[in-house]
Amino acid sequence: MSTIATEPLVRAADAPRRRTIFNERIQSFVVLLPSLLAIAIFVYAFIGITFWISLSNWRTLRPDLTIREPLLQTYADMFAMPRFQADLRNTLVFTLMFITMSILLGLGLAILIDHNRKLLGIPVFRNTFLFPYALSFIVTGVAWRWIFNPETGINLFFDILGINTLLVNSGMEPLRPGWVTDPTVVLQINDIIASISPAFADSIQMKLGVPVALIPVAIAATWQLSGFVMAMYLGGMTTISQDVREAARIDGANEWQMYRKVIIPILKPITISVFVILLHISLKIFDLTFTMAGVGPGFATDVPAIFVFEQMFKATRYNLGSAAAIVMLILVAVIIVPYLRYSLKDES
Amino acid sequence: MTAILRRREAAAYEEAQISNKRWRWLFYLVFIVAMLFYLMPIYVMVNNGLKDAQDVSLSTMWNPVTTLSGGGFLEAWNRLSPNMLNSLLMVVPATIISAFLGSINGYLFSKWKFRGSDLLFTIMLFGFFIPYQAILLPMVQFMQTLRLYGTIPGLITVHVIYGLPVTTLIFRNFYTNIPTELLEAARVDGATLVTTYLRIMLPLSVPAFVVVGIFQFTNIWNDFIFGVTVVPNPQAQPVTIALNNLSGSFSVDWNVVMAGAVIAALPTALIYILLSRYFVRGMLAGSVKG
Repeated sequence: MSTIATEPLVRAADAPRRRTIFNERIQSFVVLLPSLLAIAIFVYAFIGITFWISLSNWRTLRPDLTIREPLLQTYADMFAMPRFQADLRNTLVFTLMFITMSILLGLGLAILIDHNRKLLGIPVFRNTFLFPYALSFIVTGVAWRWIFNPETGINLFFDILGINTLLVNSGMEPLRPGWVTDPTVVLQINDIIASISPAFADSIQMKLGVPVALIPVAIAATWQLSGFVMAMYLGGMTTISQDVREAARIDGANEWQMYRKVIIPILKPITISVFVILLHISLKIFDLTFTMAGVGPGFATDVPAIFVFEQMFKATRYNLGSAAAIVMLILVAVIIVPYLRYSLKDES
Repeated sequence: MTAILRRREAAAYEEAQISNKRWRWLFYLVFIVAMLFYLMPIYVMVNNGLKDAQDVSLSTMWNPVTTLSGGGFLEAWNRLSPNMLNSLLMVVPATIISAFLGSINGYLFSKWKFRGSDLLFTIMLFGFFIPYQAILLPMVQFMQTLRLYGTIPGLITVHVIYGLPVTTLIFRNFYTNIPTELLEAARVDGATLVTTYLRIMLPLSVPAFVVVGIFQFTNIWNDFIFGVTVVPNPQAQPVTIALNNLSGSFSVDWNVVMAGAVIAALPTALIYILLSRYFVRGMLAGSVKG
């Protein structure tokens, strides 16, 4: 932008002027240099070192940076570990539940608020829905851990509301879900995979399905981030002019059709942003699961971030922890790099 | 023709108003149910935090507090206040420094572009999204060689550096909207890169500083992973780590944990309540497309 604007000036002016501008570009780079160096070291060099460690023999307290033979053996070991396989399963299941719930709830609330902008008390509702976003995942984890404690919290409602009395009276077991302590994995597809490819099924060392214990964690994460989704959509909805809405109404669309066929399609860039941001949060999720549920029974609530943390800072298996960290980085990069290219290309 | 359209428009609008009025109670009902969901954990924390040790039991979690003696708050404060201070000593300098660096970087990336500067910016911005697990081990070792490991200045350094991408992003987006003609005029008058920044950009940047300040304060206060890896000594750790330890300890009463959660959440919660407009702006600006 600025270069284009200065061009006539440069052409009209003499050589010294041109030199000043050239010098100023150099100055700009020099002033940026410390920050660029810091990022070069703390982001890129450190990623490089982590990758090196992941290839190395370093799996005790004593540093050993010799390359392990055969190459990538640590990765092969890791992907064969039942725990890491469970972590990948959990990331996938958690991501699906968390993103679906957050977007549905956030978009639903945004539409309701947008539709009722003039209703009394709307700012109070809106600010309450976004409030959890200001809290740390640790606080969220502490609170939800007790809400989903099998001895208390939600389960008390089954007693208070008389559901359990009803169940016991009709000869059934009272409803007391174990929530984060439940080791059950439902919707298992191991058998299906075995019927398609027995060899591949043999390499799967865990129950491939939906761990029930992840549901409460996904609910807690939705509680925290659905307000963010709502705020993103509301920010977009305020930029859509009344004319667009009126045009849809005149065409005979009812309110719901207007949102579904006009507003939501216009807000597609916001949907993309929301999706990418939630996805990268979900791939990196750590504090919340760590505080709320830990690794869980049979690694039902374990995630790659906890795996890395424990291998690096508890088990001193540095090469293994680093390998898992690199896998996390690759998963994030696969979605973030195209997103950054798309976002930044758009503006120029 | 236009008259017909306008009449139709009015009819449509009126219809919408009527249906709005008819369904108003239903909307309120939905909003109130949603509000109960969002306030439930807050209620659990505050309510049980206020209960005395002998009143707090798993089976009466939902019962409202009956005594008003402060419950677990005094003990929670005694346990967490050193860590609250650590958090404060970390977050205030880290926020101020990273905001200033972000402002300078954002100014250069938006108004003093050179060949490859957009690419450098993108490369820098990627640092905001990386899982920090991928840099933890070398970072901790580097902090040890710098003798910053286990210290608050060490945490400040880490938060400033990993905060650079996002503070730069927010300021860059902000400065892009300031007309370049303003800078051209100053340049013709002989202003340099530095004087333009100090005399023109900085005075205009107050709203951006508020937005970035809130964004960074919240982010850094709520951090867990850097606090737990850079500082091993429990006495020197930020409050989020202390709260996690408190929650995992079996010797601590439940009301103290709940009160502790409220105390740890209070600074960012207050900022949100008092400055929610700026908070939302920062949140939206931090999502790359402002």
